[in-house]
Amino acid sequence: MNVQLLDIAHARSGDKGDTANVGLIALKPEWYSIIHEYVTQDAVAQHFKEVIDGPVDRFELPNLKALNFLLHGALDGGGTLSLKTDAQGKVFSTALLRMHIDVPDEIARNAGIPEKRSGR
Amino acid sequence: MKEVVRVAGGQGFWGDSLDAPRQQAEGGQIDYLMLDYLAEVTMSILQKQKERDPKMGYARDFIGAIESVLPAIVDRGVRVIANAGGVNPPACAEAIRKLAESKGVGDRIRIAVVTGDDLLGRIDELLDSGHALANMETGAPLSTIREHVLSANAYIGSTPIVEGLARGANIVITGRSTDTALTMAPFRHEFGWSATDWNHLAAGIVAGHIIECGAQCSGGNCLYDWRSIPDLANVGYPIAEARADGTFVITKHEGTGGRVSVASVTEQLVYEMGDPHEYITPDVVADFTTIQLEQDGENRVRIHGIQGRPATDKLKVSIAYRAGFKAVGTLVYSWPDALDKAKLADTILRGRLERLGLHFDQILTEFVGASATHGTLATRDSGEIDYPEVQLRFGVRGPDRAAVERFTREIAPLVLNGPPSVTGFAGGRPKVEEIVAYWPALVDKSVVKTNVEIL
Repeated sequence: MNVQLLDIAHARSGDKGDTANVGLIALKPEWYSIIHEYVTQDAVAQHFKEVIDGPVDRFELPNLKALNFLLHGALDGGGTLSLKTDAQGKVFSTALLRMHIDVPDEIARNAGIPEKRSGR
Repeated sequence: MKEVVRVAGGQGFWGDSLDAPRQQAEGGQIDYLMLDYLAEVTMSILQKQKERDPKMGYARDFIGAIESVLPAIVDRGVRVIANAGGVNPPACAEAIRKLAESKGVGDRIRIAVVTGDDLLGRIDELLDSGHALANMETGAPLSTIREHVLSANAYIGSTPIVEGLARGANIVITGRSTDTALTMAPFRHEFGWSATDWNHLAAGIVAGHIIECGAQCSGGNCLYDWRSIPDLANVGYPIAEARADGTFVITKHEGTGGRVSVASVTEQLVYEMGDPHEYITPDVVADFTTIQLEQDGENRVRIHGIQGRPATDKLKVSIAYRAGFKAVGTLVYSWPDALDKAKLADTILRGRLERLGLHFDQILTEFVGASATHGTLATRDSGEIDYPEVQLRFGVRGPDRAAVERFTREIAPLVLNGPPSVTGFAGGRPKVEEIVAYWPALVDKSVVKTNVEIL
């Protein structure tokens, strides 16, 4: 099943210098294992490759049912140096939620992920 | 010892809701009001103000905030902790002292002023004695920008605030204290947590992290189920209710809007997070992977299980320096073919800057409405759309003020001599801004000596 992260997670992002962080939180606790398994460091780096200049780090917070991603070189210099509308990385959160992942049908069904959601 | 100590967050940055401190003080029972005014660049703005007037250099909103909560301080014993002192805590304290006297309550107000974080006058001494103050992100030594430095402040921890409270202050004013120390200090003071009680200190820091951005943990900027969050017009700011064992509840006053839920608190916990295993503060290294949350009734989230480790022997230093000039101009293009028109205008503008011989460190073009925030991720998803309108947003940055100034004269002409169906130029020429950039560095803890004075 092709799943858009928007349908299984919420997120908040912020900045530290030229790095944006995105905390990705499973909408239901039982969906943490899905994002943990399929929203890999490589997949997120691939997703953002045209939008950021640096590498991606991933950290796990099973206690919060969340993953934390650091997107380096994301903010055009960051802070006051940046000319970007989103100089402080506030909406990298929703940029990550655009991402799609492929989840084996059986796993998706067992986790209770609905077949078709937002269709965005 | 109090069983429960309530610290209310009433300000998430300098510029936050002016009425929030009063609402927190009057909306229900609290013990402490915590006001966080300082973001990374705020110190440099304050430093510029202090250069113009040696009596300035603090967050002036704080004076109005204190005036609005004076009855709570004087009649009900609410104590206020704020990093409103900026680069001039003594002047801030002096202004508060004058306010209290003018209101006839001078004898009821005891102010503690924390100083020692300001390293601006000590930079050369530090560099000479082998502290490189290298940029934590790039590794570059401070000497590369030394002559452009505007301000330099060490992030200091909870200890001097605790001392101020112990000496009976009902208002504690600091400079560059960490945001989180402002919340943790009163818990330390009330519960007698020692400076090596790592788990409890970490719990206080996590409570501070949750409430330091004001309503951002109580329904503001909350993506989870955002349509259903009630009455944000009357959003309740957060309160941390802690116990001596280091457990605490995040809540808000009865009758306020917004929502405190596991989702709203989790979103704030991950905000501006780095490596969650080590959230480094001057007081303790907190481990965010140990935080346990559960809903504990409506608009109450209980938090427990937090573990901490010994603090490091360094302090982070926030250095601000002049880094050139920038300006951003915008124009709005309408349907049909709005994006194509905006793109053509971008090409024309770049051509004109080239012909004028203007060179910049950077030029950035964004198409607001199409791709400004999500770039190609957005256009890939939306495909071919004939947008109703697109805003061209064109920014330049460089060391030469005159070149940036000259650029600002090239936006308006496009209305008459560029692509058609253009509007949205009511605001006049773009403003040239001097850039004050941020230089994070580390310094040995031993070189920073804080001082607490009672006024």
